[in-house]
Amino acid sequence: MSIEVDEVKKIAKLACLNVDDADIQSYATNLSNILDLVAQMDAVDTTGVTPMSHPFDAVQRLREDVVTDFNRREDFQAIAPATEDGLYLVPKVIE
Amino acid sequence: MSNYHTKTVTELSAMLQAGKVSSVELTRYFLDRIKSSDDKLNSFITVCEEDALAQAKESDEKLKAGNAPALTGVPIAHKDIFCTEGIKTSCASKMLDNFISPYDATVVTNMRNAGVVMLGKTNMDEFAMGSSNETSYYGAVKNPWNLNAVPGGSSGGSAAAVSARLAPAATGTDTGGSIRQPAAFCGITGLKPTYGRVSRFGMIAFASSLDQAGPMGQSASDCALLLNAMAGFDEKDSTSIEKEVPDYSADLDKPLDGLRIGLPKEYFAHTEGGMNADVEAAIKTALDEYKAMGAELVDIELPNSGISVPVYYVVAPAECSANLSRFDGVRYGYRCEDPKDLNDLYTRSRGEGFGPEVQRRIMVGTYALSSGYYDAYYLKAQQLRHLISDDFKKAYEKVDVIMAPATPETAFNIGEKTDDPISMYLSDIYTIAVNLAGIPAMSIPVGFADGMPVGMQIMGNYFEEAKLLNVAHKYQQATDWHTQLPEEFK
Repeated sequence: MSIEVDEVKKIAKLACLNVDDADIQSYATNLSNILDLVAQMDAVDTTGVTPMSHPFDAVQRLREDVVTDFNRREDFQAIAPATEDGLYLVPKVIE
Repeated sequence: MSNYHTKTVTELSAMLQAGKVSSVELTRYFLDRIKSSDDKLNSFITVCEEDALAQAKESDEKLKAGNAPALTGVPIAHKDIFCTEGIKTSCASKMLDNFISPYDATVVTNMRNAGVVMLGKTNMDEFAMGSSNETSYYGAVKNPWNLNAVPGGSSGGSAAAVSARLAPAATGTDTGGSIRQPAAFCGITGLKPTYGRVSRFGMIAFASSLDQAGPMGQSASDCALLLNAMAGFDEKDSTSIEKEVPDYSADLDKPLDGLRIGLPKEYFAHTEGGMNADVEAAIKTALDEYKAMGAELVDIELPNSGISVPVYYVVAPAECSANLSRFDGVRYGYRCEDPKDLNDLYTRSRGEGFGPEVQRRIMVGTYALSSGYYDAYYLKAQQLRHLISDDFKKAYEKVDVIMAPATPETAFNIGEKTDDPISMYLSDIYTIAVNLAGIPAMSIPVGFADGMPVGMQIMGNYFEEAKLLNVAHKYQQATDWHTQLPEEFK
């Protein structure tokens, strides 16, 4: 499996990663090698095998829809890069 | 001069309970050891001197008042993947270099309730992605047995700190071998419990269907004490298992007569990348010791184990790409300078905040989960996972535990595998199947090869941590590999 430079750029975009142009080729090589390793999976026939989602086939636990935690907005915003009036600040999205 | 660093947690706990030493004295002793020796190892990211001494003081009051839990006043270290309120929790990433957690992980809370004192936070591979501790933003950790060698990873700081006795014990996490492989490389005892046995709440997520926290210590009996405190159901973790926690120390001394030990032929095969001759010799000697204790060795097969590494490198990156999408430069963590728009903020914060191995895995996972590829990768991997776990289920109908090497070779040199991710991935060849199946497993020291520790893996059926600890403890009663200290840290 060979991943081309253009494909790496597409994947990086999907993953929201800004990758330096200088590093793209080495990522392409590494990703190709990893996918070659992964391709060994094809050697085993899995027709009819149920995919495993959990070792004990456990299902998602549900709880009553009640408040179980208290508001700690200030604590959580204290560690944010930029906030104002209880809101998180990002660059302007709409002119 | 006292020699508290030669004492196990079991011994220190007894000394504290008997009033032979105070927690303040012990805590100061280990803080001094960290101060004088850790510049050789780089095993800690954060040392919590003030907090530790305050906790120690509190512990001493509780000990004086009586009825204090067994671990009261024992100083330990936490892997820097566990959130600790008010204390930097970096996951060894530039992304979280400025992150002060607003809450504690359940493991941290449980340990605190059990009375332990936190010495600090240990170094690790960035976001637990690595097998050598070389991907850490804070630099590589050195192996106390040979300062040119890696300690293993991702819990390399915890393993090195315990091996050099800068801490009597530490916590770790294991997604593909991250407790067992460094335990093997550093000559300590490490246990990865059954998936869901220990809460993942507040443990920074890497691959949610594989991640599991566990103890790293000097002996099986220490690991039992630590697991008693760590394990338990937690409502805050949706995959936590509602099952009573036994007393893991209760069965440690049970005789091993009639114990059936399975030896998977795939793990003992002489194939390329398989175990080297010196490792094999140490494992064989350990197996003879078990025979002498009355155990029976049984040849078994785990036919799909060879496919574990490829399966893992789909499942883990896929889940990591989803988990790490939360790091966006908006709510916490690293934000790039002068973002020109929102997209620039996201992509540059992530591109600058994550190291190369983390980015590689995010990209592999993103690719595997992208439109049109789901069936070929993630679905296929989860089907194979079923086959791998069925192999173990079948094996445990015939045997009580399975033994195998923990790693194909002893600790490799720093820089030896950094240019080739695949050769790094293959160093976890013997540990990964356990995570895919969700079963518990340990690594215990069973000798040396060329002066470096060799670890043997003991794998058990679901929730049979007590049996693993018993099997490991009996060996440690009969041998002294686990008590040996690296020359420079005696």
